[in-house]
Amino acid sequence: MKNSPDDDFLIIEAGKSEKHYWADLWRYRELFYFLSWRDILVRYKQTVIGIAWSVIRPLLTMVVFTIVFGKLAKLPSGEAPYPVLVFTAILPWQFFSNALSEASNSLISNQNMISKIYFPRIIMPTSTIIVSLTDFVISFVLLGITMAIYRFVPSWKIVFMPLFLLLATILSLGMGYLFSALNVKYRDFRYVIPFIVQFGMYISPVGFSSDVVPIRYRFWYSLNPMVGVIDGFRWSIIGKGTAIYWPGFILSIVITILIIIWGFWYFRKTEKTFADRI
Amino acid sequence: MPIVIKTDNLGKKYIISHQSQERYTALRDVITSNTKKVVKSITGKYSILPAKEEFWALRNVEFEVSQGDRIGIIGRNGAGKSTLLKLLSRITEPSEGKVAIRGRVSSLLEVGTGFHPELTGRENIYLNGAILGMGKHEIKKKFDEIVDFAEIEKFLDTPVKRYSSGMYVRLAFAVAAHLESEILVVDEVLAVGDSQFQKKCLGKMDSVSSKDGRTVLFVSHNMGIIRNLCNKGILLDKGKVNFQGSMEETISTYEYENQNILSIWKNSKDTDKSEFFDIEAVTLLDEKGSSKREFFNSENIIMKIDLMVKEIHSKMLILLFFTKHGETAFTYPIFLASKDSLKKGRQSVFLEIEKFLLNEGTYFITIDNSLHCIQGLTRYENILNFEIRFDKMEGMPALENVPGYFFPLLNWRLEE
Repeated sequence: MKNSPDDDFLIIEAGKSEKHYWADLWRYRELFYFLSWRDILVRYKQTVIGIAWSVIRPLLTMVVFTIVFGKLAKLPSGEAPYPVLVFTAILPWQFFSNALSEASNSLISNQNMISKIYFPRIIMPTSTIIVSLTDFVISFVLLGITMAIYRFVPSWKIVFMPLFLLLATILSLGMGYLFSALNVKYRDFRYVIPFIVQFGMYISPVGFSSDVVPIRYRFWYSLNPMVGVIDGFRWSIIGKGTAIYWPGFILSIVITILIIIWGFWYFRKTEKTFADRI
Repeated sequence: MPIVIKTDNLGKKYIISHQSQERYTALRDVITSNTKKVVKSITGKYSILPAKEEFWALRNVEFEVSQGDRIGIIGRNGAGKSTLLKLLSRITEPSEGKVAIRGRVSSLLEVGTGFHPELTGRENIYLNGAILGMGKHEIKKKFDEIVDFAEIEKFLDTPVKRYSSGMYVRLAFAVAAHLESEILVVDEVLAVGDSQFQKKCLGKMDSVSSKDGRTVLFVSHNMGIIRNLCNKGILLDKGKVNFQGSMEETISTYEYENQNILSIWKNSKDTDKSEFFDIEAVTLLDEKGSSKREFFNSENIIMKIDLMVKEIHSKMLILLFFTKHGETAFTYPIFLASKDSLKKGRQSVFLEIEKFLLNEGTYFITIDNSLHCIQGLTRYENILNFEIRFDKMEGMPALENVPGYFFPLLNWRLEE
């Protein structure tokens, strides 16, 4: 403004909202808590199904995978019992797929908020992570029970597990940002997401150990960043008999970082048009 | 008072695509159209770009708002009122120009945005407060006040899906009204509540601006409310600021611009005309013969009905319905054949609605033509409306919101 020496003016101008973006994000931090709180409340409030669902799903997947890969295909499970091997992978995988689906649909399912109220839009997909984290905690308890049943003692390296969870979080956020923005732009994109999630499960080492993959393909197999995450989970929980294949693991990390940068960049680029398109 | 909002050549453009009927872009359409383009470029055929048109919802908008102003934004549908509010509350960004704003803006563009039906009133207060930009401590501090204002103490722990629509609106407004923002932006949301609560909300907005020095921007079609609440007005028309000034001036400019359109109705229907008679136009006039649609209750209203009579029948009837708030206030039958001067061809009926008869408010006119008790002919619903306002009357204070359809001048005296 030419005649306003006052600095506390907020200037809204075409294509120039970046200046106060981070400050705004900080100011709206409580909205992040409240949205997560709402999602958790709604999820676990009304029905028993809410909790039952987060128990039944990993349990059934584990049973099926153990039967198909362990008993029928007779794949090796190393030192750990097959159910434990499968469960350590289901944990991060289900976290990732839940977080990705929830984040991707978060903008569409809150469209009246987007079109009627201002807030930094990135809060929306980010806050959905928390629900998936609570589901993860429930599944983790189940894993503990499973290990107790098989009298399997986890490795001390389990203290590193949160790091791999963090990697999975970053990955699902990165893809979640990208997909949620695409979802606003192309309304039929949401039909693609379940396919990607399902397809991803088959190409990730969920039902089997990555050791099954021939060594010369291991590096390229890690182009799928969930390979790094799952291997990391198995390494930290099962411990003995599992090793991290470092070149592949580093590739997974690099890919994850590229995805979060790309997702965030695309989200920021299209964010301003959400209210007009939604 | 210092300036808190200043716009500079503000504009908002939307792209309308004429090609697709769909509201949303679909990935499959993008893929097919791109494939077509590729195929066409290979085969060398000339490709036609999809018809896209720019639409400026707002353009060259310039105005200033001082602290503590209560600005009423009026204009016809599609004039850009909502777009302006969206720009000011940063929901969407301008396509050109800029806005400078000092202070926090809280907007209430829709009742209960972000309310979750499964959550209780208490939970929704926190959630909604956070969505509107309040911190947890701020909400806690204001919690009792909000509950008190919304009058929902008993239902605090009931999910809001069980609330009546009135309670819902009250709660939503209460949260927004207790924001400690410097600028409050309100779209036409109060239309939902009952009149008592409307009054309460208006009172709140009034005190918010006069006591706390907060600025209010208010959009409404209800001139009565806006006249009461706002001290300054902005009139938008087709995305441009048409007038700005005091609220009273803005409203009269708006009404003046619209009155010629609304005080004459022309029958555009060529079909379903009757073989006996039909109405070609209806005009509302004052005693001087100029057409208008706003009258004081101290004025006679003359309704001119232009007729085309093709065949004279003794039972020809024009039945007039005057409705207010969707209910019939009164009806009046005109038996055309009761006048000897009725002839074939064009002529006009002049009907006089006498002064000091109708109460204030807006009356809609519906016309029903028939051969009385024989045959219905044509019917035109709500073709015109006119507004009655109270003139200053001797021996009476300024009146408003008097219930009823009629406000006749009656005589009374005191006797010992």
